[in-house]
Amino acid sequence: MRMQCNTILVSSDCVSRKEEEAMGNTSSMLTQYDIEEVQQHCNNAFNQQEIVSLYQRFCQLDRNNCGFIPSDEFLSIPEFAVNPLSQSLLRMLDGLNFKEFVAFLSAFSPRATLHHKIEFIFKVYDTDCNGKVTFHDILRALRDLTGPFMSEQQREEVLTQVLEEAGYAKDSSLTLSDFMRILGNSGLKMEVEVPVD
Amino acid sequence: MTPSSRLSVPSAYVRACFRIKRFGLVTRFCSGGSVTKMSNAGKLKSSSSELDLDRPNIEDYLPSGSSVQQERHGKLRLCDLLDISPSLSEAAGAIVDDTFTRCFKSNPPEPWNWNVYLLPLWCCGVVIRYLIMFPIRILVLTLGWIIFLSSFIPAHLLLKGNDDLRKKIERCLVEMMCSFFVASWTGVVKYHGPRPSMRPKQVFVANHTSMIDFIILEQMTAFAVIMQKHPGWVGLLQSTILESVGCIWFNRTEAKDREIVARKLREHVQGATNNPLLIFPEGTCVNNHYTVMFKKGAFELGCTVCPVAIKYNKIFVDAFWNSRKQSFTTHLLQLMTSWAVVCDVWYLEPQNLKPGETPIEFAERVRDIISLRAGLKKVPWDGYLKYSRPSPKHREQKQQNFAESVLRRFEEK
Repeated sequence: MRMQCNTILVSSDCVSRKEEEAMGNTSSMLTQYDIEEVQQHCNNAFNQQEIVSLYQRFCQLDRNNCGFIPSDEFLSIPEFAVNPLSQSLLRMLDGLNFKEFVAFLSAFSPRATLHHKIEFIFKVYDTDCNGKVTFHDILRALRDLTGPFMSEQQREEVLTQVLEEAGYAKDSSLTLSDFMRILGNSGLKMEVEVPVD
Repeated sequence: MTPSSRLSVPSAYVRACFRIKRFGLVTRFCSGGSVTKMSNAGKLKSSSSELDLDRPNIEDYLPSGSSVQQERHGKLRLCDLLDISPSLSEAAGAIVDDTFTRCFKSNPPEPWNWNVYLLPLWCCGVVIRYLIMFPIRILVLTLGWIIFLSSFIPAHLLLKGNDDLRKKIERCLVEMMCSFFVASWTGVVKYHGPRPSMRPKQVFVANHTSMIDFIILEQMTAFAVIMQKHPGWVGLLQSTILESVGCIWFNRTEAKDREIVARKLREHVQGATNNPLLIFPEGTCVNNHYTVMFKKGAFELGCTVCPVAIKYNKIFVDAFWNSRKQSFTTHLLQLMTSWAVVCDVWYLEPQNLKPGETPIEFAERVRDIISLRAGLKKVPWDGYLKYSRPSPKHREQKQQNFAESVLRRFEEK
């Protein structure tokens, strides 16, 4: 549903992709308009070259030219597949077109604001997208992160106590502004460099 | 083969199995063990525990600390639990760029032909390549086969009594046939360094781009190669002709075969009159820009290891055989319809295991030498990941680190 999306870019995507194949040209055929549109969509988190390089990567992963990257393709990247949070991220990555894909990654740009990064983390926790993160949401992420090396009881115990020390009850739910307060000055570092050839 | 049945096999056999599996071999494992565990994706087989034993530890290769999250100290606070940024950054980094898929990406030659001005010229080229050169090449190849078969079959049948002479003739004929193959793609191959000689206790290892590596090396010296048994006409050649130069082909799914190969291998490196042994320790074809991890088997034989570096120049054609996308026949046809295959082969300084060095370190050192000479980048991945998902072990390692740090800091108070 998400893939038959809205944007002009999807159609121009196809055109430029075909052209690219016909020309045998691997350097992207994105126009200036395309790039500007994507840049606007991601708040200028990436420069022109980075967008081009992300586009090439997107095309490489979208092997069947369907306009989005199937989760199977993500899992064939070993470095991604071994990540404890890969399942949560796959949920967010499901069916993204190129523009949304770049917006997804923009949280990792050095140019993105702290607010943006924390919002991203919040979204990873907030699986039902209702703007609230409950005890069980955090527990689920903790389960992914610790696997069989902590028992369910240990996880609940740790989480309950840490929440209480921070002044939250077990059944209270955290909002985005709570996340801002908690993570706002913890020296968060979340940056990924886009390789530019 | 279930784990329990494996426990009951004699340990010597088990050892032999492991020994074999460590050698670079080309296709996927299909043992019972891996069939039972299908990955959730369904298409690819998940790595079985059997495979894990064979697989060198990725952590052994990574610079220390790169896969470990930065240690933090002090009492556990909520923000530490909620801060999942290290894992997220790793995941995003892998999405943006990962070294593994880069290894197996076909890189077509630089485009020059679709420019309007060059188009007529390019069209002439197509006509020449497909309508003139291709038939001539087919002719050359056919001629080669006729000469080869008409002398190989009599030599093979008539000289049964005189083994030495027969071997010598067969060796020459196989070298000649490989030269015909190379000629059929106008192979412009430059060999650097001394030509390999027959000697006991030495093993040649080379980086692997395509099956034509084997043909290119074979035209100079009749190597004995260890490779996976292929289907179709290649398989037929393997079982009939290449067997005579001592090549060891086997089917990995057959437990019996492995045992036989293990024995053959040990015998082979000891024999003074045997053809030199060639192993592709990467176990799979890589696109000639990268090298994946070397299986350590070739480095555990206690032999001198002679590195061979092969670098293709892709001005006319990409010699990488992407076995997922094309059959070997298509690959050969692609080479035969291009202008030429240009490549450099370096026979490098023989290396020995240094005192105190583990086989893995030795393998890495040889990989360094080959990568440097051929200008390849090294990546810390096992080529078999092409056929299977990474083992859960790697994820568990990360989870363990995180869990331990959480628990320790929780206790700290």
